[in-house]
Formats: sequence, C-alpha cells, structure tokens
Amino acid sequence: MTTTPRSVLVTGGNRGIGLATARALAEAGHRVAVTYRSQAPEGLLGVRCDVTSGEDVDRAFGEVEAEHGPVEVLVSNAGITDDQLLLRMTEESFSRVVDANLTAAFRVAKRASRSMLRARFGRLVFVSSVVALTGGAGQANYAASKAGLVGFSRSLARELGSRGITSNVVAPGFVDTDMTADLGDARKAELLKTIPLGRTATADEIAGVVAFLASDASSYVTGAVLPVDGGLGMGH
Amino acid sequence: MSPAEVLDVLRARAVEVLEVAAEDVQPETSFVEDLQVDSLSLVEFTMDLEDEFGIELSEDELTDVHTIGGFADLISRRTS
Repeated sequence: MTTTPRSVLVTGGNRGIGLATARALAEAGHRVAVTYRSQAPEGLLGVRCDVTSGEDVDRAFGEVEAEHGPVEVLVSNAGITDDQLLLRMTEESFSRVVDANLTAAFRVAKRASRSMLRARFGRLVFVSSVVALTGGAGQANYAASKAGLVGFSRSLARELGSRGITSNVVAPGFVDTDMTADLGDARKAELLKTIPLGRTATADEIAGVVAFLASDASSYVTGAVLPVDGGLGMGH
Repeated sequence: MSPAEVLDVLRARAVEVLEVAAEDVQPETSFVEDLQVDSLSLVEFTMDLEDEFGIELSEDELTDVHTIGGFADLISRRTS
C-alpha cells in the first residue's frame, strides 16, 4: 500500500483502538500525534487534551501544527461509555456520553477542516461502533452518540468533498480493549455466539482499516461506514 | 483602515481565494449573483479575511453582507 507521509492526529490515542491505530499509522510512515488525558504513550507525540473542551482542542491542534505541520489526517477516536438501562439512565449521563463521543468529534473535525480546506486535502475518520447500527441494550447513550457520527460524517463528505477531503466512519465490533474488559464472562460468551467469525477483534485489526482510510489507496472512498466486526452487524 | 484600503485587500484576496479576475471585483459586485461563489467558497474567503485582519466575524454580522462593498464596510468598521 503506497502511502504519502502525512501529519496525523489520533484522539484518545493512549490506549485501545486509538493506540493501535496510532502505532499502525506511525509504522506506515506518517507523523503521528495522539491526544491523551492522563498518560502519554511512548514513541509518539503526545498532546494533552480533553476533547470535551474547545479550548483544549484548539491548543492541542496548535501543538501538533508546530511539531508536525497542519493535520492532514484526523482520526476521531476518543470516547467513553456509561452503560445503564434507560429507566436508570440519568440525563446527565446521556449528555456526557454524547458530548464526549459526538460533540467532541464535531470540535476536532471543525478545527481540522480549516487547514484541510486550504490544503485541498484531508482525511477524516470517525471511530464509531457496531451498536450505532444495531443498538445495544444498556447503551442507549453510547449507541445514539455513535450513530450520530454516521450522519455527521456523511454531511462532511458532502460539504467538503469538492475540496479533496474525505470523511468516513469505521464501525468496530467487539474488540478486546480496556473499555470492553468490564463485561462479565457470561455476557461475553453470549456475544461471541452472535459473531460469525466466532471471536473478538484485536485492536490491531481495527487499526489496519483506519490505516487503509489514511492511505493513498482509499482516495475514492468517502461517506462510507466500514464495519470491522467479524460479521456481527451484517444487514444494517 | 479606510473602506477603500480594505477594498484593495479584499480584491487581492478574492483574486487568490475565489479565483476571479480583479476587474470583476467592484464594490457593487454580488458574491452569489455576479461571482457565482458557492457557500463553501464564501466561508473560505471569510476565514481568509479573518486571518488577514485578525478579527472574528459572527454569522449575525455576515447575514446582511451580499456584496464586496458590504464586506469591505463591515471589515472597515470592525478594524477601526
């Protein structure tokens, strides 16, 4: 896969899918920066950033621009869960999850698109989830925020396509990460039965698809939702 | 900066960002009707001028701006 080296920013890049993605993109030859909240990963340019703060986002982009040049590839990956059945879910929890997963994507994409417009080039990749399309009991807030990314990304694909900017969504299925480690064994076994490939994904398997979207090979792909879920979400 | 000076800057930026001929950029020139500028190009042009003059223009301020001259007046007011 030929790859033009780019300035890349991965939000939430200090663990899980984000870290695997950042490492895969660095290996592909890109200049990779990651945002983190508590601990910066080794070997990558770490910029401290809480994506729920517009000021933080602006400052973090400034730091990346100073070190690596304007961001050409944005991977909006930072996200949180706060699972609870609807009747026990507070409005505060719903809003907090939507703010961290959806509004934060708006913050970083808006900030990134400014220089992408000037450059007449950009790659926006939003990390969503299979539950965006299938729904998930106990995940109304999370699923709603991740589904919102689809409409958001597709709108940007239409708005910015004429300027050489693509916008795509990657929808991972059940991945072995810190965020899914909380699920009980019984729930995990039940979930595995519904996955045609019969196993969970490694974070690297998601990272490979994001790396494809950042590469020259994906130049005609925009407005897409790429499931990387072992077949879990088929038909949606 | 006087409206005339602002107009000169605006004309130069329009030639570069909107890719139009300098003689087509007059105070009464309409962005949409005369220059056939699409909405995204207008946003890019506005961003460019915000950087050039070190100001931020709100949507409210821009609502009534339809011509080059109107834009020059707005910037002139904001930078005086």
